[in-house]
Amino acid sequence: MSLRSPLGRAKGLGSAHEGTGHWWIQRLTSIALVPLTLWFVASVVAMAGADYFAIQEWLSSPVVAGILILFLVAGFYHGALGMQVVIEDYVHHEGAKIAGLMIVNGLSLVLGLAGVLAILSVLFKA
Amino acid sequence: MSVQNRPLSPHLQVYRPQMTSVLSIVHRLTGVALTAGSLLFVYWLVAAATGAEAYETARDLIGSWFGRLLLFGWTVALFYHLCNGIRHLFWDAGLGYELSTAQRSGLVVLAGTVVLTLVAWIAGYAAMGAL
Repeated sequence: MSLRSPLGRAKGLGSAHEGTGHWWIQRLTSIALVPLTLWFVASVVAMAGADYFAIQEWLSSPVVAGILILFLVAGFYHGALGMQVVIEDYVHHEGAKIAGLMIVNGLSLVLGLAGVLAILSVLFKA
Repeated sequence: MSVQNRPLSPHLQVYRPQMTSVLSIVHRLTGVALTAGSLLFVYWLVAAATGAEAYETARDLIGSWFGRLLLFGWTVALFYHLCNGIRHLFWDAGLGYELSTAQRSGLVVLAGTVVLTLVAWIAGYAAMGAL
């Protein structure tokens, strides 16, 4: 006999209440990051050693800024999910684990936001 | 109840290292390295948004021998994580679990990492007109 309620079974979210959400978003972001990463590396390679004005001109295109923002958001989301798994696997002290997760998620938010705002400020300056 | 002393997975020390297990842990290590390396990328973006002087400082820092070393390590980690990540996606689709296939796809990942890294750096130096 299962002690799980019929609603709980129908939702299928399990005891962590997120079901396969973490796993699935990790895969979705990884698939998105394949073309985004190739585009990013190709762009950076083409811009190697570029001066300030060349970078401003590059970042002032809405297409470039948009794809770069997608790369940043998908990258930091994917990175935070991955770091969460690493911390949960290797940090066995409960307090340190929770602190580590807070730091990783907080830093990912702050850095991702800083990157996105930097891109937007160049885009709107032009 | 000695709950704290139960052995917890994943085990790294009790097995003989094999290509499959080494590539697996390297995937994690490169993931962590890329997360740390994203600091450099955000710094570069913020510098580009701050002004010409800040951007020149960032460019000189990244262009120094130490900056290039970091960037080279970051490129290797990126291409490894990209190639092995695609290998993981095939596994997620239920493909390539045969031991001989896993061995071979591991070699493809290593070869892909080397080739992509070399192509990116040669193209980068060519774009700078240094070749």
